[in-house]
Amino acid sequence: MSKRPFLGWFATPSFLIAFAIVASFLAIVQYSLRAYIPGSLDPGGFTLENFTTLWKAAYGQAFVTTVTLCIWTAIFTLLVGYPLAYAIVRVRSAALRSAILLISLTPLFLGEIVRTYSWMIVLGNRGFLNVVLMRLGIIDRPISFMFTELGVVIALVHFTLPIVVVMLAAALSHIDRNYERAATSLGAGRVRVFLTVTLPLSIPGIVAATSTAFAWTFSAFATPQMIGGGKVQTISTLVYQVGFASFNFPLAASLSLVGLLFTIAVLSLFNAGMRRVEKLGAH
Amino acid sequence: MRKTLMDHVLDWSGRLVLTLILIFVMLPFIVVAIASFNDSAILTFPPKSWSLHWYANALSYRDFGEGLVNSLKIAGLAAVIAIFAGSGFAYVIDRYEFSLKSFLNGVLMSPLIIPNFTIGLGLLILSAAASLPRSLWLVVTVHVIIVMPFVVRSVYVSLRNFERRYEQAAESLGATPVHVLLTITLPLLVPGLISGALFAAILSFNEFTASLFVVNQSTQTLPVAMYNYVREYADPTLAAISVIYVAVVAVTLMVVHKIFRLEKVLNVE
Repeated sequence: MSKRPFLGWFATPSFLIAFAIVASFLAIVQYSLRAYIPGSLDPGGFTLENFTTLWKAAYGQAFVTTVTLCIWTAIFTLLVGYPLAYAIVRVRSAALRSAILLISLTPLFLGEIVRTYSWMIVLGNRGFLNVVLMRLGIIDRPISFMFTELGVVIALVHFTLPIVVVMLAAALSHIDRNYERAATSLGAGRVRVFLTVTLPLSIPGIVAATSTAFAWTFSAFATPQMIGGGKVQTISTLVYQVGFASFNFPLAASLSLVGLLFTIAVLSLFNAGMRRVEKLGAH
Repeated sequence: MRKTLMDHVLDWSGRLVLTLILIFVMLPFIVVAIASFNDSAILTFPPKSWSLHWYANALSYRDFGEGLVNSLKIAGLAAVIAIFAGSGFAYVIDRYEFSLKSFLNGVLMSPLIIPNFTIGLGLLILSAAASLPRSLWLVVTVHVIIVMPFVVRSVYVSLRNFERRYEQAAESLGATPVHVLLTITLPLLVPGLISGALFAAILSFNEFTASLFVVNQSTQTLPVAMYNYVREYADPTLAAISVIYVAVVAVTLMVVHKIFRLEKVLNVE
């Protein structure tokens, strides 16, 4: 094939975008090392004070809350998403499969605001869920879902579900059905085939889906902000509050930086775990 | 093969679980639809009387109208820029080896793991430091950064599945490289480019968190306008606009599904 080096110039626009990403990252690092001058949008001299503030103040609680939400959301999203993904790949009727796929996907394209607002109406004290539960006589006083971690987790599971379903369905659809047939012909029941063949083969998909759910939950802002109502403080809501309520951009920058490093650390752990699982599978 | 009692139990419990999950997915949208027809400004279930006036309110609220126009402009610009830059980059990493390749790829893919609030804050600080105004272009830049990974990936996958022999045939018949690109490569990539651009536009249209950091009153997008509304008012106007939103998205998806088959686009078959 002839060399066509000048076609390499097509990458130029992406260099500019990559440059903007790197520059904004450096801007965050730079601001995180600058002093905050109350009442001014310009940062002061270089200091490590932001990081000592993070260490000392109650910001640790936001980290704990964020991680707790991430873990619960990932667990419940997997539990709810797996049967859905399984149905998308395995249901025999094509029409039913299409319907399940469309219902699972629509929320993905609705954005955080529409979905969170809809959950506020479901979860409110006089909202749909409480009214139904009281009418049925299951409870006699409304359960507080709003402003609680439970409420935030319910909405977050709905938020991460479509992407998890897509990833699990992709993993399940690439499993060679012959393994299952072999197990069945050797006399294994359906439950046993699922537990010893299908589930283990889908572990790489589960790991990938879990880490994605984790990253999405960490990044979610509108859901904890609107349903948590300031009572459930996460890293994202804290960054916004520190940045726009007190205009302390240096502190917001250091908080984002620590959050980003944390996300990278967790995702690397997932990847390392993933490689171990793959090694086990190879033996 | 005859079904045992155990098989029937499994079948029916599977159907039950699936139904419950599908209800969970649809529940908020069903409830918001009921709420949007509630006559009273206070949300009660079931509504005592019905009305359409929240729809009239939603459609005449100026911030929603302006937000919609901004969102369409930004999504259009972001999709065009991202598809141009993204396909150029995908083409180059597929065909060439160069020293900064993996670094560049890593940087351009990094928005998949960098939280959107960090991207928004970073660009806000950067534009402040460079004393740039918070223009529409700042919002477009943020959106391009966020949708780029999806576009690059979708074009790259099309390029990998690409039949190189057509290009080689054209070359051996004496076509110049530019001629090959314009008459063979690009036309064959069109489906990948269209679905990439469509996906980029939808993602950009819905982006909220990063936008919140970089918009101002004149550039606010529809999701930001909706967020600001719900913080100020508690009436069902937002329910009405949400229902319109859900309906438009659901119909669009059904059309896309008819044309492209979503199973194929999402690689789940």
